[in-house]
Amino acid sequence: MTALSKEEVEYIAELAKLALTDEEKERFRGQLSAILDYAERLQSLDTSDIPPTASVLPVTTVMRQDVVRPGLPREQLLANTESKEDGMFRVDVVLED
Amino acid sequence: MAELTELTIHEAAGLLKSGEVSSVDLTQAHLDRIAEVDGTIRAYLTVTTDEALEAARAADARRASGEDHPLLGIPLAYKDVLCTEGVETTCGSRILKGYRPPYSATAIERLAQHGAVMLGKTNMDEFAMGSSTENSAYQITRNPWDTERVPGGSSGGSSAAVAARMALGALGTDTGGSIRQPASLSGVVGIKPSYGRVSRYGLVAFGSSLDQIGPFTRSVADAALLLNTMVGHDERDSTSMSLPVVDFTADLTEDIKGLRIGVPDEYFIEGIEPDVERTIREAIDKLGEMGAEVKPVSLPHTDSALPVYYLVAPAEASANLARFDGVRYGPRIEGDEMWETYRQTKGAGFGPEVKRRIMLGTYALSAGYFDAYYLKAQKVRTLIKQDFDRAFEEVDVIAGPVSPTTAFKIGERVDDPLQMYLSDVFTLAVNLAGICGISVPCGFDGKGLPIGLQFIGPAFGEDRILHAAHAYEQTTTWHTQAPSFDLVS
Repeated sequence: MTALSKEEVEYIAELAKLALTDEEKERFRGQLSAILDYAERLQSLDTSDIPPTASVLPVTTVMRQDVVRPGLPREQLLANTESKEDGMFRVDVVLED
Repeated sequence: MAELTELTIHEAAGLLKSGEVSSVDLTQAHLDRIAEVDGTIRAYLTVTTDEALEAARAADARRASGEDHPLLGIPLAYKDVLCTEGVETTCGSRILKGYRPPYSATAIERLAQHGAVMLGKTNMDEFAMGSSTENSAYQITRNPWDTERVPGGSSGGSSAAVAARMALGALGTDTGGSIRQPASLSGVVGIKPSYGRVSRYGLVAFGSSLDQIGPFTRSVADAALLLNTMVGHDERDSTSMSLPVVDFTADLTEDIKGLRIGVPDEYFIEGIEPDVERTIREAIDKLGEMGAEVKPVSLPHTDSALPVYYLVAPAEASANLARFDGVRYGPRIEGDEMWETYRQTKGAGFGPEVKRRIMLGTYALSAGYFDAYYLKAQKVRTLIKQDFDRAFEEVDVIAGPVSPTTAFKIGERVDDPLQMYLSDVFTLAVNLAGICGISVPCGFDGKGLPIGLQFIGPAFGEDRILHAAHAYEQTTTWHTQAPSFDLVS
């Protein structure tokens, strides 16, 4: 029986940088526990010699010709944000000096 | 002449070619139909009236100058997860409210180049996560066969638009069943192409190893026609395959003598509604009478598809959805520092199902749980794929139900995620294996709700499932029936 604690729910939410209300934390604690419990049935399958499938295609790295060509116009790319300055996206401070 | 909104794409293309109708007539008829019934069905999030009429006039001008293509002037609807240049694309989420993409999805661009007319953008479960379209942040779409019920999901706006004659065809996306399940519940044709068949460029990513774009139509031949234009390599999606050009409409004969059809026992489980099981078995009997060689096949890991999917897809989603931080697009809630801005923006922007899957995926990928959940799921994914590989050594296509039930009541499953997920129990494995599947109408239950028959084909075997589905369809009249519903004022 998988049962997540409130602290685990808060830890996952922090990894995902997702603000949750107390009500959401409690609801997700129950629902995620039930889903993970359901997923437990996979443990009964022997997969010791089975390789994982991340993608069904054999394609690995695809190269294209390295040719200079125009990208999308700057104004268009900035049209969907309020957070801009001097033709660039303005972001919050990441590194303090 | 039949009403313009009742036509198939093939019929409409014939009338456009002969000059009996113009694209403007055809487009206006659909805009009128939308104005009349979409207040009840609520399939569209955006109706692009002016752009549609302009595109229709341009299509008529191209035809007048001698151009000819079956899609020239055909009005279509697009799921709101597909980017459309300059036209709001929300993915059914508050976090993309107001977003106008600077480019269009390749699949849409290709349809537009051949003269298809966009009527608007259709409702969906937020970020394509759901099986009922109730997870949209904006509205609930109603099933035209019974407006108290859901149309299925996540592409429920597209399936309902086609069923309710508000578009001749539509595009949806299918990550775990999101085209086939709503096609089944709404009584239309829907195909999920093989992974790599259609470029995913401009499809807002959910599960990148699973997502595919595909058409909804009211005939199999129409689905083949749309697919013809959408497929092919696109250098902007490195997983789109470079394959020989095929005309999917070319081999649509009614002769299926000797076609080997496999029927998996594992697709007739406890929980399947008796009317669904009976209808599917009757359809399979019919295929046998038509000369197909029907035989049992085994897909022993079928019951693992659901737990595998609900680890793999949320894991991919949790990575893909990390980009919605309120910096480059979407509403932003300013915090007192960067992380708090992200937390608040995501917390306010995403709805419950999206949050649930981000949480689930983040957990499955987190240190200490990665091997037990995500890696284990990927290994079982290999077993699921091997099941199909073995089955397709014995048979050409696999036939079975699309979903265990017909359309369920609005609100019935919203509080029980696992119950909602079970709706896709017969479709998930196809995405995990990267192969193709189609839903074609095969009857109605006792309540008059449509049932879809699923044909599953091997990777890049779309020609086979289209052939089988077309042959079946042509001996029945299920696909010609139209829903009737009362309009709400």
